[in-house]
Amino acid sequence: MGKSFSQPAALSPTHTHYCPGCTHGIVHRLVAEAIDDLGIREKTVGIAPVGCAVLAYNYFDCDFQEAAHGRAPAMATGIKRVRPDLMVFTYQGDGDLASIGMGEIIHAANRGEKFTTIFINNAIYGMTGGQMAPTTMPGQRATTAPLGRDTGDTGMPIRMANLLGELVTPGYVTRQAVLKPQQVNKAKKAIRQAFQYQLENRCFSFVEVVSTCPTNWGMTPVDALKWAEDTLLPYYELGDYKVPE
Amino acid sequence: MAKVLMKGNEAIGEAAIRAGCKNYFAYPITPQSEVAEYLSKRLPEEGGVFLQGESEVAVGYMIFGAAGAGERVMTTSSSPGVSLMSEALSYITAAQCPAVFVNIMRGGPGLGGILPSQGDYFQATKGGGHGDYHLLVMAPDGVQEAVEMTMQAFTLAEKYRNPVMILGDGLIGQMMEPVEFPDDLKTEPTNKDDWATNGMAHRKSGKRNLVKSLFLDPAALNNHNLLLKAKYEQMKKEEVQYELYNADTDYQVLITSYGTMSRVCRTAIDLLKSEGIEVAMLRPKTLFPFPETQVFDAAGKDSCKAVISIEMSMGQMVEDVERCVKGRRPVEFYGECGGEIPSPEKIIEIIKALL
Repeated sequence: MGKSFSQPAALSPTHTHYCPGCTHGIVHRLVAEAIDDLGIREKTVGIAPVGCAVLAYNYFDCDFQEAAHGRAPAMATGIKRVRPDLMVFTYQGDGDLASIGMGEIIHAANRGEKFTTIFINNAIYGMTGGQMAPTTMPGQRATTAPLGRDTGDTGMPIRMANLLGELVTPGYVTRQAVLKPQQVNKAKKAIRQAFQYQLENRCFSFVEVVSTCPTNWGMTPVDALKWAEDTLLPYYELGDYKVPE
Repeated sequence: MAKVLMKGNEAIGEAAIRAGCKNYFAYPITPQSEVAEYLSKRLPEEGGVFLQGESEVAVGYMIFGAAGAGERVMTTSSSPGVSLMSEALSYITAAQCPAVFVNIMRGGPGLGGILPSQGDYFQATKGGGHGDYHLLVMAPDGVQEAVEMTMQAFTLAEKYRNPVMILGDGLIGQMMEPVEFPDDLKTEPTNKDDWATNGMAHRKSGKRNLVKSLFLDPAALNNHNLLLKAKYEQMKKEEVQYELYNADTDYQVLITSYGTMSRVCRTAIDLLKSEGIEVAMLRPKTLFPFPETQVFDAAGKDSCKAVISIEMSMGQMVEDVERCVKGRRPVEFYGECGGEIPSPEKIIEIIKALL
């Protein structure tokens, strides 16, 4: 009988700095499994963001570049344009991608750059300590919104998958979650599909993953999963927002 | 090879191709947009990559990504655009990637104007971005030199794994002059397998490569900065380029000037010579590394009474000149900016007032 479960080769055998209950670890694993499944580790270049995943290059075992805050899609564009044979992915959080890096992600998606973006949406800034993000929910408390997000003052949360799904340029845009095992299985398929589209040189591919941040939400990991299920998923609806024809 | 008549901006684009650079990312800005227009036609002919980015901020990181992947790459811009790229320049320098940036300077600060200026000397030589870093900065005085420096820039960028900046101005970008593209300035790219993210499969070592600038451990960051500093010290020893003009005379005044401004100074020196007044010029061709000892020595000639830095700025390079003269002669300054260029007559008047 063969081995049914093992450490993906694309993950380094090391401890991460992520907090207890954080879902980054799950998503890292799904990305690594997709890279293994497709046998592309030796031609893959990841791009780390600024945010909690800034040290992602220590956790994935493949070539990596580290971007400035929000600029990962521009770096990925540079790599992929000059080396179309490489597999390129960015791994970005919501402060990085939906705030400071909004310009870069929109234009990369609209050009149809042939790389993959994994977007972690946990409705808050993690690394800097729980400040309000563009994805923070109405009324949700943050260190820069101590009374809860006032949408009259700061607008409504940005739904990135919906936004990118509206672009006319063909692409693969989906929103997944990793709050339950069934969701993890679906997210795994979506991430693999995203890399598959890149491998086929089809289109830009974007997987938003609704995630948790127990530390900065001030919740236990279990409560965080429930809050995400009850509060985030009704607003951030799961599913495909665009698939290439 | 025969000379051809070319506009500076187009010649810089062609020089990049002749140097073996097939990758160019840029954002339009006057007075250098002709580089992008030219390369949008030429690079596809060469099987290269041309991409107009959505902003100079993004372009800076397209350059970073491409350079990090080990490919020769260039961008061109003008002053306000270079401000936006300065974040990336700090990161690229920290991550030790070779790339070529061209700044065809226009008047500032702010939106300023679109006419030639030398107002970005501080930005180019002292670092426009954050942290301890230097670019290797070359300042051409015409279209031919812009071509040669652009071609050399790729070799130097790879030698030091550091960005090289060509600091021209709107006049050099816009004017036409006869140029030739010296074949011997083309070099083969260095092997980048030791550090570039060009895919593990291509590497004999089988090890992965990281292109990064984060060093959370203070000792590690200090060591990284020492490593960068060692490269700058090596540049100071090996890469200084300068030109002396009329310096074999008993000159009474030493002019320091670079780029477009030095051409006007040259005319003034010739006119003064015809009146029996000897004036010399030291023209830095590299602004970083700066010709430090050469300025010190030239200022110290017995006949020399004063040094004057003449610039299309409100006084920037003069600070380096003062630093290098070390008080052995008075250092004066004259400059105009915003697109105004000091005339030979004005320079003659200023020089005579010093005698």
